[in-house]
Amino acid sequence: MDMDKEIEALKRKAYQLRRDVVEMVYKAQSGHPGGALGMADVLTVLHYKFIRADPRNPAWPDRDRFILSNGHTCPILYAILADKGYFPREELWRLRRLGALLQGHPSTAHKIPGVEFSSGSLGIGLSFACGMALAGKLDKRDYRVFCSISDAECQEGQTWEAALTAHHYKLDNLIAILDRNNCQIDGPTERIMALEPLAEKWRAFGWETFEIDGHDYEQIISAFEAALKVQGKPKIIISHNLLGKGVSFMEGDHRWHHGAPSPEQFEQAMRELEAYGG
Amino acid sequence: KASLRKAFGEALVELGEEDEQVVVLTADLAGSTNTDLFAKRFPERFFNLGITEANMMALAAGLALSGKKPFVSTFAIFAAGKPWEQVRQAIAYQSAPVRIVATHAGLTVGEDGASHQMLEDINNMRVLPNMDVIVPADAVETKQVIHALKDHDANPVYVRLARAPFPIVFDDDYRFEFGKAKVLRQGKDVSLFACGLMVYQSLKAAELLAREGISAEVINISTIKPLDLETVVSSVTKTGAAVTAEEHQVVGGLGSAVAEALAEHCPGRRGAPRASPLERVGVRDQFGQSGSADELIEYYGLTPEGIAQAAIRALKRKGR
Repeated sequence: MDMDKEIEALKRKAYQLRRDVVEMVYKAQSGHPGGALGMADVLTVLHYKFIRADPRNPAWPDRDRFILSNGHTCPILYAILADKGYFPREELWRLRRLGALLQGHPSTAHKIPGVEFSSGSLGIGLSFACGMALAGKLDKRDYRVFCSISDAECQEGQTWEAALTAHHYKLDNLIAILDRNNCQIDGPTERIMALEPLAEKWRAFGWETFEIDGHDYEQIISAFEAALKVQGKPKIIISHNLLGKGVSFMEGDHRWHHGAPSPEQFEQAMRELEAYGG
Repeated sequence: KASLRKAFGEALVELGEEDEQVVVLTADLAGSTNTDLFAKRFPERFFNLGITEANMMALAAGLALSGKKPFVSTFAIFAAGKPWEQVRQAIAYQSAPVRIVATHAGLTVGEDGASHQMLEDINNMRVLPNMDVIVPADAVETKQVIHALKDHDANPVYVRLARAPFPIVFDDDYRFEFGKAKVLRQGKDVSLFACGLMVYQSLKAAELLAREGISAEVINISTIKPLDLETVVSSVTKTGAAVTAEEHQVVGGLGSAVAEALAEHCPGRRGAPRASPLERVGVRDQFGQSGSADELIEYYGLTPEGIAQAAIRALKRKGR
C-alpha cells in the first residue's frame, strides 16, 4: 500500500472512531469527549500501524503495552479496542453504566480486555509504564511500552519523578505521547499553571523529544518511526492536538474537556464527522 | 533483642536465591531498610529509585503486573503516608501483588520525632480493598513472614516493621501462618490482643496479672487483615473481656479491628453469649515526639504495666 492510500485509510479509521466516541459519550450522557477527539489521529496511527498485539490473546507476553495515563480520555481507547475485537462493540453503548464492562475510567480490576492500567488519577501512569518497561528489560523481551499522558498531567510532580527514572534506567523501550492541547478542566493550561517551555523541559530531563502536529499523518508516522529507532534513552512525542478535533463547536473549547452533547449537538457532531471521514 | 530490619534484609537475600522473579525497590533508604544486603547480592534486580515514593509505588505495580515479585521498602511514613493514593490506585485497585515492607513504624523510631513516627499506617492500609496487613512481633516472625510472601501472588500486602530491635518472643519452632492469630498463653479472665512490640509487652503484662490472680490469655494478631475472627471471637467468648495493644493510634488500627469484630460478633454470633468490655492501649489521638524508644514507650503507656491496668479496667467493667 502506498503512503497516500495508507494515510487515507488511517484517516477514515480515525473519523469512524471519533463517531464512536461522540456516540458513547452521548449515550452515557457523561464523559470526556474533547481530549479523546483531539488524540484520535495520533492514537489511530499508533494502534493501527505500530502497536504489535493480538486481540485474541490480550495477555500475550510479548505484546506492546499501551498505558493511557490520562484515563479520562478512555472513550477513544475503548473505541479502538472494540474495533479491534477485544470485546463486543455493544459494550461501547453501555459505557459508565452500573455493571457495565466499560468503566468511567480504564480499569484492570474490571478486566477490560486490552486495558493495561487503571488510570483516572493523573500523574501515575508514566511510573507504571516505567515498571513495565523495566520488566521488559529484565526479561529481555523486545516489547515496547507506549504511554499517553496529557499536557496538564505535567503539572503533577510524579510525572517528573517518572521522567527522571526512565532516563536513569535508559528505558529506550518506553515512548510517551504527550497530548498537548493546551486545555485543562478549569481553562487554558498556560493560564492555570504554565507549562512552557515544555519540550525544553523534557529535553532537559534527558528524553529524546519530538514535536508534531497531531493531525498531520505524515508527521505522526515519521515521529513514531524516528522514536522507535532511538536507543539508550526514553522518547516522547509532544503531539499538538486540537481539543474536540472534528466537531466544530467543541474544537479548542476547554469546556468540552468533559460534558455530553444534547440531541441537536449530537446530530450536528455526527454529520460533521461523517462529512470529514465518511 | 534482635532487629526486624536485619531479619527482613537477610530473608530477602534468601528469597532472591530461591526465585529470580524477586526484585527489590527502595527510595534512598537501602541502608536503613537493610535492603542493601539484597542490592549487594543481586544488583541487577535491585532498584534504588531515589526519593520518589509515589513513583516507586506505581512502578512496582507495573513490575508486579509484568510477572515480577516486587518487594518495596521504605519508612512507614513514606510507604503508607506520602504515596497512599498511588498505593490505592496502582496497587490495591489493580490487585497488583506488590509486597510493601515498611520499616521505622511507630514510636520506637525514637529521636527523629513525630515527623517520622508513623502511627496511622495500619489504618491507612487496612481500609484499602485487596490489601493484606501483617505486623510481625519479632525478628523470628519477620523472617517467616517474608518467606511466606514469596508466593503471596493474589493480593498486595503491607508489612510493618520497626527501627528498634525487639525482644525475641518466638523460638525457631514457631510457624507463622498467614491469616491466623496465635494464642501464645492460655487464660480465662481476659484476652490480650497485641501486635508488633506489644506482643512481648502483653506477655509481660500477663505475668504481672498472674501475680494478682488474674488469668490473661495472650493472642498475637500478626495478620491484622484479614483478621482471624474465629480466634478473636472464641477467646473473648471464653474470657468475656478484651484488651488491645499496639504501637499505633487507637483509632483505625488493631484496636479498631478487634472492636469491629466484637461489636459484630459478640454477643449472638459464633456462639458468643454476651457483650464484652474492650480497652484499647495505644497512642490516643496525639503525635509522637523526640526521645529514646524506651522513654517513648514508657511516656505513652505502652508498657506491661499499662496493659495490665487496661486489663483490670476491663475486668471491672465485666463485673468480676
